[in-house]
Amino acid sequence: MIDIQGLDVVFGHGRKVFHAVRDVSLSVEKGQSFGLVGESGSGKTTVLRALAGILERVARVSGKMTVAEETLLRHRSQSFRRRVQMVFQDPFGSLHPRHTVDTILSEPARVHKLDGIEERVVHALEEVGLDASFRFRYPHQISGGQRQRVSVARALITGPEIILLDEPTSALDVSVQAEVLNLLMRLKREHGLTYILVSHNLAVVAHMCESLSVMQNGAVVETMSVQQLREHSSTMPYTQQLLTASLGYDRTAIDAFEEFA
Amino acid sequence: MSDSKLLIVEDLHVTYNTPTGLVRAVSGVSFELGHEKLGIVGESGSGKSQTGRAILGLTATGGTVGARRLAFKGTNLLNASERTMRQVRGGGISMIMQDPKYSLNPVMTVGSQIEEALLIHNRTSKRVARERTYEMLRAVKIREPERVYKAYPHEVSGGMGQRIMIAMMMIPEPDIIIADEPTSALDVTVQLQVLAVLDDMINERGMGLIFISHDLNLIASFCDRILIMYDGRVVEECSAAELEQAQHPYTRGLVNCLPRLDGGQDELPVLKRDPSWLTTPGATR
Repeated sequence: MIDIQGLDVVFGHGRKVFHAVRDVSLSVEKGQSFGLVGESGSGKTTVLRALAGILERVARVSGKMTVAEETLLRHRSQSFRRRVQMVFQDPFGSLHPRHTVDTILSEPARVHKLDGIEERVVHALEEVGLDASFRFRYPHQISGGQRQRVSVARALITGPEIILLDEPTSALDVSVQAEVLNLLMRLKREHGLTYILVSHNLAVVAHMCESLSVMQNGAVVETMSVQQLREHSSTMPYTQQLLTASLGYDRTAIDAFEEFA
Repeated sequence: MSDSKLLIVEDLHVTYNTPTGLVRAVSGVSFELGHEKLGIVGESGSGKSQTGRAILGLTATGGTVGARRLAFKGTNLLNASERTMRQVRGGGISMIMQDPKYSLNPVMTVGSQIEEALLIHNRTSKRVARERTYEMLRAVKIREPERVYKAYPHEVSGGMGQRIMIAMMMIPEPDIIIADEPTSALDVTVQLQVLAVLDDMINERGMGLIFISHDLNLIASFCDRILIMYDGRVVEECSAAELEQAQHPYTRGLVNCLPRLDGGQDELPVLKRDPSWLTTPGATR
């Protein structure tokens, strides 16, 4: 479904050049969830944005990307933009503060000239577990978890096949995180969606995905199945250290931490 | 009172008078702190940060703090003068905030900020203060103290910024540290390294720590004892090792709704909020 070969992303010019993604390759089967894991600055979000085609104006992107047999050009086709949608991390920053939920949800449908916009909006709200009373509210009138549900509904409006999830729950309380993760799992089952999930939280990736890549300094350190992650059968010291760290505070383990640069 | 208790909080209330009515941010929190690491865990809006701020008299304007007792080593903090409070803040109890980017002074060098913290509470010469600052920077595992001393906060990384905060809070040698989400903005490995620094210093100096966080796993593995807060109340208190056996449905719900590395991909149990949690007294009262 998704195939990326030799992706490079470079920001800036001359002496201020920053090589954010180096030779990243990955492929995701239809109906699968693929996790991208790494610490801040590892390039995981940049890979997602490069795939979505929202980096072309600010960075030099090279490499071959294919989505459902369609080789992606610098300017993405209208059908690509309909079939691939994105959910962002911050439910406060990613919804227009002066648009109602109704306006937010109907905009992608208008852009793609879809018919029956009203039914689509009501249906999308229903799918994410919000009743019709949310339609005419503003983002500041609803909670963080409800906002993230609206973001998911906005992604669903165009009937996508692929949803790119950029830390979809890291700004939420754990009880709300569980609700949103359950929602994402259910939607994937019901619509046969394919996900790429970017997260720094290994447990969330293990819960959601079948396989994952660990990234560091713009490059993929290791690609493995979630089963291998669970069995701690990773061979790379960097992955092992991330795993140890995600298990909680352990004074003796911390002394053994290395700097990976 | 026994000298093993550094801080006694009894029936603490924080209320805000807002245009839409009275908001009870903290209602009836009681606990004692000895030479230990006490964790306060809760979701956003549970009142955990408000509790920490109220102890230091840092409640925002518009808020009212009331308590049956709020005592730090025998000093009543409730009706203390601003002059006394200035002595307590930093010298007796100090606070590590979440984000070093916003909590360090951007136009002062790191070294002079740490020195200032020392000079306000101790009478020493500039030269001694400078030596102590270098020493402190080394103690928080900063490799080149001379370089960092002259640096401005924007020139250091998040992890180093938080170590600088710890150095600044530790240098007047307080008895209690209140750490409000001290490492939430950091990557996991850096987070643990910063906590290790804090842990070692607390053990060496025999201080008390109040660690406020939303991260249940982290608190359970880092602290000795945990208070679980919900809607301004402490619903349960337990030792960190016994969190898995917690009784209160809210605590159980919080523990269960976390995705686990070794768990399956089944539906996560969702927390069902029970209105009776708001009225039944918590385990500590």
